[in-house]
Amino acid sequence: MTEKRKFPISHVISYLLSVGLTILAVFFALGTNLSKETIMTIIGSFAVIQAGMQLFMFMNMIEGRDGWMKVTHTIYAIAMAVIFVIGSYYVLTAGHPIM
Amino acid sequence: MALKDHTNQPLEYQTEQGQMNILGFWIFIGAEIILFGTLFAIYGVLGNRYVGGPTPHDIFVIRDVVIQTLLLLTSSFTVGIVIWAMRNNDLKGLVFWQIITLLLGVGFLVMEINEFIHYVNAGATLQTSAFLSSMYALLGMHGAHVTLGIGWGIALIFQLLKRGITHQTATKTHIFSLYWHFLDVVWIFVFTFVYLGGLA
Repeated sequence: MTEKRKFPISHVISYLLSVGLTILAVFFALGTNLSKETIMTIIGSFAVIQAGMQLFMFMNMIEGRDGWMKVTHTIYAIAMAVIFVIGSYYVLTAGHPIM
Repeated sequence: MALKDHTNQPLEYQTEQGQMNILGFWIFIGAEIILFGTLFAIYGVLGNRYVGGPTPHDIFVIRDVVIQTLLLLTSSFTVGIVIWAMRNNDLKGLVFWQIITLLLGVGFLVMEINEFIHYVNAGATLQTSAFLSSMYALLGMHGAHVTLGIGWGIALIFQLLKRGITHQTATKTHIFSLYWHFLDVVWIFVFTFVYLGGLA
């Protein structure tokens, strides 16, 4: 603990990548004529990559003795969220008869 | 792993209590993921029900939203620097970067409040349509979290100045940084699915 920790270059790289992905997402959403589905798939993947960088690079999810416990619990929560977000969207917008 | 000497770990992990508090906060983050997930689900289902009212194209100003995104993204980076300074036992650096983080947070919040005022003036209120109700619920919940985070961050600065970097304050600072990063994670999805999705 006595020696100085080096400036976290990995943080700078993640930050620049996040800014880059944000700008790229704006370009894909507003500057191209792709179909809405294609655009949402592309920018949705950008969002997932950015969130992953936050969790692993910035939040140091793996560090500490319970590192993998935190990863397991967080991935479980994300999986639940994905299931009910996509599930709700599918059930309520796919046009199933309700009467 | 279990036999690893605690003193090799960063300060906030060195006590059993610190370690448990951090784990506990991650479990809270799991619950927050579900909370925001429900609001995204509602927006996903109702986000295109305009009932003749304003659509995203009528009210969203992309330039302002990009600035908001950059403010929050930068504050998530600077709160990472807070932890780096803390682990170097640099109290001044810690407080400095914490203040920068909170100022960026305030900047974000001011822009968001102005944005809401602009929407309401344009006739887009909470009661106008399902699109706007679900949008305000999601954005409002995020904005409320940022507001709470700013208050928490300020309180933390006072405690750090009073007590210095101890096992306890280090754990608290670490937990605050997790909260702040998490707000940025949520915003990335708001930006992508509400704003860019609404305008694409």
